Amino acid sequence: MAAQLDRPARVAPTLTRRALLEAGALVVGFGFAPVVSAQPQGAADTPRHLPLDRVDSFLAIRGDGTVVVHSGKVDLGTGHRIAMRQMVGEELAVGVDRIELIEGDTALTPNQGPTAGSSGVMRGGVELRQAAATAREALLTLAAERLQRPVAELTLADGEVRAADGRRVAIGALVGERGLDVAMNPKAPLKPPSQYVLVGKPLPRPDVPAKVTGRHVYVHDHVVPGMLHGRVLRPPAVGAKVEAIDESSVAALPGVRVVRIADFVGVVAGDEWAAVRAARELKVRWSTSTTLIGHDAVIDWARTGPFVAEEVIVAKGDGQRIAALASATDAIRATYSWPIQSHGSIGPSCAVADVRADGGTVWTASQASHRFLATFAALVDMPRARLRVVYLDGAGCYGMNGHDDAAADAVLLSKAVGKPVRVQWSREDELGWDPKGPPQLLELQATLTGDGRIDAWATEMWVPRATANLEWVPLLAPLAAGMRQPVGQSVGLVSQNGDPPYPANAIKVSAHWLGPAPLRPSNIRAPGKVANCFAVESFVDELAAKAKLDPLAFRLRDLASPRGAEVLRRVAQLIGWQARPSPAATSRGNLAAGRGLAYIHYKNSETYVALAMEVEVDRGSGEIAVRRVCCAHDCGLMINPDAVRAQVEGNILQTLSRTLYEETTFDRARVTSVDWASYRLLRFPAVPRLEIALIDRPDQPPLGAGEAAASPVPAALANAVFDATGVRLRSVPFSAAKLKALLA
Amino acid sequence: MPTITINVNGSARAVDAWDPEMPLLYALRSQLGLRAAKFGCGLGQCGACTVLVDDAPVRSCTLALKDVAGRRVVTAEGLGTIERPHPVQAAFIVEQAAQCGYCTNGMVMGAVALLGRVPRPTREQAQQALAGNLCRCGSHDRVLRAVQRAADASRT
Repeated sequence: MAAQLDRPARVAPTLTRRALLEAGALVVGFGFAPVVSAQPQGAADTPRHLPLDRVDSFLAIRGDGTVVVHSGKVDLGTGHRIAMRQMVGEELAVGVDRIELIEGDTALTPNQGPTAGSSGVMRGGVELRQAAATAREALLTLAAERLQRPVAELTLADGEVRAADGRRVAIGALVGERGLDVAMNPKAPLKPPSQYVLVGKPLPRPDVPAKVTGRHVYVHDHVVPGMLHGRVLRPPAVGAKVEAIDESSVAALPGVRVVRIADFVGVVAGDEWAAVRAARELKVRWSTSTTLIGHDAVIDWARTGPFVAEEVIVAKGDGQRIAALASATDAIRATYSWPIQSHGSIGPSCAVADVRADGGTVWTASQASHRFLATFAALVDMPRARLRVVYLDGAGCYGMNGHDDAAADAVLLSKAVGKPVRVQWSREDELGWDPKGPPQLLELQATLTGDGRIDAWATEMWVPRATANLEWVPLLAPLAAGMRQPVGQSVGLVSQNGDPPYPANAIKVSAHWLGPAPLRPSNIRAPGKVANCFAVESFVDELAAKAKLDPLAFRLRDLASPRGAEVLRRVAQLIGWQARPSPAATSRGNLAAGRGLAYIHYKNSETYVALAMEVEVDRGSGEIAVRRVCCAHDCGLMINPDAVRAQVEGNILQTLSRTLYEETTFDRARVTSVDWASYRLLRFPAVPRLEIALIDRPDQPPLGAGEAAASPVPAALANAVFDATGVRLRSVPFSAAKLKALLA
Repeated sequence: MPTITINVNGSARAVDAWDPEMPLLYALRSQLGLRAAKFGCGLGQCGACTVLVDDAPVRSCTLALKDVAGRRVVTAEGLGTIERPHPVQAAFIVEQAAQCGYCTNGMVMGAVALLGRVPRPTREQAQQALAGNLCRCGSHDRVLRAVQRAADASRT
């Protein structure tokens, strides 16, 4: 079993960097038991500037040679905790069980930006690796002075520097009171991949044993002395105002206090169940509000706007061919759409805040603790230096779910009652109010050359536009409380991968950028790319069918990228691809079987993924059963292949769920899909067999694995359904009722 | 203040019962500090709060405290520890069958209950047994492998 590397998170918030550094002497072996004396929060923890150009911002080496890594990016269940240790340990020649990791704490970690966009390893990890490589250089220089030998005669191994003459000095003995005190050297040489002993190994994740035995401390489990339990009453209609509150309705419940700030209404109680009941039973009269358009009107909204900008995203080749497309009689045209979806976290959002007169701490599962430090400072009207935002694990979020809103709820309630408050959202709160994955609409048209190649291709997309330089996504609590929030929306980089990855004589991709989305949007896993790849790779299949060509051969024929071609060939091998055009000529009885594939070069610059699957469709009911999914995945250098595999598995299964079942429904007043019956997720009986080929490229930079494999799932599924039935699904979700109607 | 005595992980524990309708989950988490069981929906729809009651997997978020008196409750803490995990927990660790891990409690408890009834379940039987347990990260395949591994380990 893996050593338990993680110090209980409950202790972290009260530690200073100094205390962490001095802890080394107390740490025996690798338990990282909470032996460090906790300090009261406040002045001792005053955040200090941790510049990105100083090695000491990222790393500290203790006297006993153990290493503390200060990571601004966090582990979202993704394996970051082991991967960061592998990257740092490799350069410093220190075992992963000698490395402690502090994550996402604004007082202790540098601001490496939010943990988003599959950037944990490829940016955050690469930065830490460079810090470690610089530290290695500095340690060798210090040892050269100490041992009076040239650096060329020294080696770093097992926590010590060894000279050719046999003398050695421990790295802990080389680092003085002021740390290494060196600037980051972007050119500090990295260990050659041929010498890797940690990177590339499927080392077990240190957080799994505690998660499996119920000992891992999530933000939901965090307890602060004197903490009260809070709940916030969200209105029955978006935009409704408070007209009256009858506090006597909860007077019989023990220790309940009602907090109202304008239209922000919360309850707090010492007993959690009392808080739950108070939130249910408090009588509030709200105004009526019908500001929403309803989910049935989303596609019409996308088409009609209002628009805030028009943009040509890609224009390649012969523009006249694009101009001729509109009137071409032999052009193929299709419309694809993606619905509004919830992040669907299994644990509704939660946060704990302790706001005092002289400062405060917020414990949150945020992907962006540094960014929201400014948000919370504004809410309580305090300088940032008085506040601290500390990451603790939440339920997997896959983008900005309700965690940051829950944190703002906790901040306002704690400030109002002068005590620490834990806010736990309900299931209805989470599915109803988490910021949503935005809707997308795409129209594609293309013509083929005489020999069945793509001649002209045009993609038009209608999609909400991210507001430039938005400070943060406006949060529910301060909006309801009438406090200033930034105006705008965040959706992520939603316009990438709108072009086919295959050559054409002309390609144009254009965006009609929409203003505010129907429900508050935020980034959701593989933002935009899931829908764009759904449209593009389904449409490629439509072109292959029109040309009566095998869909794999159609893609491979002119694909310029060797790494792209390799993942396609590998996935074909895995699934046992039979070359023939789609749809299949035969189907047996009511059950129609088919296979489909899809490919993406993520963001046209990152990970390569090809995915193929086998499905069975019940022609009578329209039910789709996914039997097998095969995936070939090339994310360059893999830090931890098992963590990559877990991400690929998760991307596949989560996106099958999003594609088969998920749509946030809402009427003119409110979201109506607010439980797991009305917002359906993939369940175990529908889980297919998974076969995954990971292609390791130690000579290439490491790329993200957290998102890419999500993107080709919907198209591969739609293409398999087409192969089985000859029917083309162009809108998500692929509900049985929808397919049944198309089959009729 | 009225109390109800419940048997949790082999010990009799008195819990404050100002409302006997309070779900067991709140007594476990807030009063007894047993936080393995997680709040996921409060509706019995997701399985994150699963505990064993008289060896059967039960959603503690919808089970009233008054209905637990005299019954045996086991939480994930009662199965094993980080140092000495239960065989099912050990199998989950070997298979790394958790990502965010928020649903994992329910998966482990469901698997323990299944293996108590059916020592050698097929993959399909495990899929059916866990049909009421939701996972958002997509760790399902690893959970199924862990169930298989635990079953194999118990045979030897």
